[in-house]
Amino acid sequence: MRDLDLILQAYEASGGDPDLLKNDRVARLVISGNEVIGLNEIQGISMQAEPLEDGVRVRLEVAPGVQIPQPVHLCFGVIPESGVQRIVSDFDIGDGADVAFTAHCTFPNALEVRHVMDGTITVGAGAHMRYHETHYHGETGGVVVEPLARVQVGEGGSYTSTFSLSEGRAGKVAFQYEVDVAEQGSAELNARVMGYGDDEVLVRETIRLNGVGARGLAKSRIALRENARGEVYGTTEGNAAGTRGHIDCIEIVRDEAIANAVPVVRVTDPQAQVTHEAAIGTVDKKELETLLARGLTEEQAVDVIVRGMLEG
Amino acid sequence: MTEGKTAPLLQVQDLRVAREGHEILRGVDLQVDAGSVHVVLGLNGSGKSTLAYTLMGAGGYTTLGGSILLEGEDITQEPIDARARRGLTLAWQEPARFEGLSVERYLSLGQPEPDRERLLEALEAVNLDRAYLPRYVDEGLSGGERKRVELAAVFAMRPRLAILDEPDSGIDRFTLDDIATLMRRMASEGSAVLLISHRDEVVQIADHASLICGGRIMQTGLPDVICDRYTQYCSPCEQPIVVERGDSYA
Ligand SMILES: Nc1ncnc2c1ncn2[C@@H]1O[C@H](COP(=O)(O)OP(=O)(O)OP(=O)(O)O)[C@@H](O)[C@H]1O
Ligand SMILES: [Mg+2]
Repeated sequence: MRDLDLILQAYEASGGDPDLLKNDRVARLVISGNEVIGLNEIQGISMQAEPLEDGVRVRLEVAPGVQIPQPVHLCFGVIPESGVQRIVSDFDIGDGADVAFTAHCTFPNALEVRHVMDGTITVGAGAHMRYHETHYHGETGGVVVEPLARVQVGEGGSYTSTFSLSEGRAGKVAFQYEVDVAEQGSAELNARVMGYGDDEVLVRETIRLNGVGARGLAKSRIALRENARGEVYGTTEGNAAGTRGHIDCIEIVRDEAIANAVPVVRVTDPQAQVTHEAAIGTVDKKELETLLARGLTEEQAVDVIVRGMLEG
Repeated sequence: MTEGKTAPLLQVQDLRVAREGHEILRGVDLQVDAGSVHVVLGLNGSGKSTLAYTLMGAGGYTTLGGSILLEGEDITQEPIDARARRGLTLAWQEPARFEGLSVERYLSLGQPEPDRERLLEALEAVNLDRAYLPRYVDEGLSGGERKRVELAAVFAMRPRLAILDEPDSGIDRFTLDDIATLMRRMASEGSAVLLISHRDEVVQIADHASLICGGRIMQTGLPDVICDRYTQYCSPCEQPIVVERGDSYA
């Protein structure tokens, strides 16, 4: 199977462990273009994948109360230089379930590839979902990636997502995440993106803390150089008593890169609290000088700081 | 340079430094010999950190006059990394935090070549166990832990001269004995230490000591003498008492 080999290669190059994609005890879904080339269900998880003209529609359910021991592996890619891949997904995490996902998206040869991840996610009451997505877009910058997600976190449930792109070009990345959190639930959104060349990184995240005691954290770490652009719009709403939200945005810019951050905090209940911090600019002077005092050159020191920020 | 062989490790002459237009160091004279431990004692605001940062070459300070010589070579205008590559390093009074940088990697950054044994030795020297290696040098470390990691990083680097700015502040159970052991160990490996403190007990571990006040070294001499002077006469003063500078060590 040529496609599978190519996608496995790309997956491995982006930091994935190919053995896991062969292990039958690991739930997985591998999609190349609009073709499902690997699907493995395990007890407690059901997956349906149906091809669309320009992608795949996926429905994934985790049964209530089930704890999935190993992360579910998702691997999406487009191997040719051009193409569209739209993954329309519906994730339903049953009440009290606990599951982690490791997703790898690779477009190693992209000159003109568009990848849309259009997800609807429901995390049930008391359920926990962690989603870790790593992207590798090659060195040409010819990718447009649009991760869109609408997430509902039920009472006492938690949702954590991490999007990471710290190798190769970003191309154009436009996130749009909207999360609603019910009573005592929590949501944490992490975006870590590096951009250079004429890459564009746009992050739009909204967390609505609707239930009493709900918590939210939106954390973005963007490193830009050359002519890259970055925009981060983070909105967090505290709509009930005892809600706690925080927006934490750091963008490091070098060369001709331009960044902006617009944190919006909105509180509609006097007992809610939402805070934000945003730091945009060059690397922190003291961090830099500390590493210089260890004998690193300025370039090495900046590299250590930026990598740490993107990986931490 | 023939003079290089006999020159002291560090020689500071009439160093005057300003920050944001305010003259803070007002003519510092100081000498540190290779392999020795030299303590600079002074009250809050006397200019200790300013001295440490200017010796390291940190930004934000303007040199108004004077010179800094390392092994006879004038480094007054050199950038930090060039000074570090000559073997000079600094442990900051309030060390920086780094997201996503592990203690292990942080300790290894200053090493001329990778030496894991040395990292473990460095951790042990500051009473931290190896469970700290994978932890991040970020907000997750307490203030005292962060300072210990800073000392370990300096130790791991085997510097020619380590400037330690208040290494003991904020570190509990890291007694004077621990610091003395660390200093002695560094000295036995050929590292000199310029230890900056406001605590007079620290002087016990020094070969030489200096008293700084109002941005000037008021006196340099044997540790006991300096300690007596500091404890008996030093109180925050508007006008520094001008005394003879650069007493000989003998
Ligand atoms: N930007 C500035 N403008 C004016 N004065 C400054 C500035 N920065 C520092 N100073 C002053 O310089 C003096 C020396 O500061 P420094 O930090 O070197 O003192 P220190 O001896 O290290 O004190 P501590 O024991 O509190 O650490 C202080 O009086 C301080 O207020
Ligand atoms: Mg100080």
